[in-house]
Amino acid sequence: MKKETWKELTIGTINPNAGNSVQNHTGTWRSGTKPEFIEEHCIHCFFCWLYCPHFAVVIDGDKVKGFNYDYCTGCGLCAEECPTKEKSIIMVKENVQLAGGGEE
Amino acid sequence: MSVQKTLNGNQTIAEAVRQIDPDVMAAYPITPSTAIVETIAQFKADGLISGEYVCPESEHSAMSVCIGAASAGGRVMTATASQGLALMWEMLYIAAGLRLPIVASIVNRALAAPISIHGDHSDTMGARDAGWIQIYSENCQEAYDNFIQAFRIGENLDVRTPVMVGLDGFIISHSMEVVKTEDDAAVKKFVGEYQSVYPLLDTSKTFTVGPIDFTDYYFEHKRNQMEGIENAPKVILDVGKEFGETFGREYGFFEEYRMDDAEICIIVMSSAAGTCKDAVDELRDAGINIGLLKPRVFRPFPHHEIAEALRGKKAVAVLDRCASPGAFGAPLFTEVRSALYDLEDRPKIVNYVYGLGGRDIQIEHFKDVAKKLARIAETGKVEEIYGYINLRE
Ligand code: SF4
Ligand code: SF4
Repeated sequence: MKKETWKELTIGTINPNAGNSVQNHTGTWRSGTKPEFIEEHCIHCFFCWLYCPHFAVVIDGDKVKGFNYDYCTGCGLCAEECPTKEKSIIMVKENVQLAGGGEE
Repeated sequence: MSVQKTLNGNQTIAEAVRQIDPDVMAAYPITPSTAIVETIAQFKADGLISGEYVCPESEHSAMSVCIGAASAGGRVMTATASQGLALMWEMLYIAAGLRLPIVASIVNRALAAPISIHGDHSDTMGARDAGWIQIYSENCQEAYDNFIQAFRIGENLDVRTPVMVGLDGFIISHSMEVVKTEDDAAVKKFVGEYQSVYPLLDTSKTFTVGPIDFTDYYFEHKRNQMEGIENAPKVILDVGKEFGETFGREYGFFEEYRMDDAEICIIVMSSAAGTCKDAVDELRDAGINIGLLKPRVFRPFPHHEIAEALRGKKAVAVLDRCASPGAFGAPLFTEVRSALYDLEDRPKIVNYVYGLGGRDIQIEHFKDVAKKLARIAETGKVEEIYGYINLRE
């Protein structure tokens, strides 16, 4: 994504492209662990969907389908809140991929 | 046609507010600015103004209301003083960052502790880096004139920056003067129709106001913000000139009083400059070549113009109605001294803090300063660069 120079920005911190935070892949913040969905234990209570701070839990109708790793920061809230006895979400190790911000 | 009225400083501001009739006025009363807010509320109750008057629970909320109303697309004003301005603190920076041309009349008053309701410049000087334009007034007339011009300056599309207009607590806010007020229609015409920029009430466009920035955008947005205040000098001069053509009283960055052939010079802002003019006259009668430079615009600081005005002077005393603990001199002094750095043949310069908490400054005090300046001019030596006026030592 090309970043504007200070001259190209709109006055007063106005962002004329409302809703463009979708372009901000918060998944790049993830470091170390990511959630893994175990569908057979899931009771589709939607707790994970409700608690996820990044809307990264993917649903289809009344069913939870998994995660959108472009936005999942790996915070683990979903796994923490998942109420099933045999966890339907577990946090697993992944290769660390460093975030790309701040190099300007 | 202008009408002469007997008004105090607070009444002149309220009168200007009635004439301009902004869309939203949000303020919380605090001494010595209370009468501004009270009078506006009375105007509203009497049906003399059509804008909304909001009295929230604090100054922090008052500035928040101003920010909301200005973002919505309205012309907005507020008034406060001292602790009230201090309580607005975080919102001041937000108003400036969002480039909302809110106009605030600040009745300059000391900051606690100890508690004092009397005048000094600690409040606005503390806010000097908040990103607001700052204009200071010597008397009721200037308070009225500056307040009207503030809307034109801040709202200019190249500037879009909030403006605070200072008038000294009690000395100006509560002192009666004969003030020339202009026709309602003429003032309205001078200020003009408000032009909003990205008003939130325009639902035909979608945009976000005040989003979070990470390390990749904050710096650029801050630099973008500074463009507004950097564009202000030209607009301040244009508006001051147009005001002069329209109403007969022209304004610039500062006023020079008997400066032409002056060898020594006092720099002092606001009401004390009035007393200083009398002191300069008496000193001139006694054969001392002294002049006064009275800054009107402190932000943006007219560094180049002030340096030019001081070129060739032998000794300059900067008088600050505010202390800057731990700094190398008080705010006006550090600005002026820094402005002089690029002059090859720069005058000697000293700093005196005066009038904290409303302590009086009289003609005799200015004469003492003149005596010290004369000695510095004669010897070319500064013995004490920093001192206090009318303090028990
Ligand atoms: S919280 Fe657990 S059980 Fe509930 S929907 Fe999410 S994964 Fe399924
Ligand atoms: S780990 Fe955090 S960010 Fe990722 S899906 Fe779970 S709650 Fe959302």
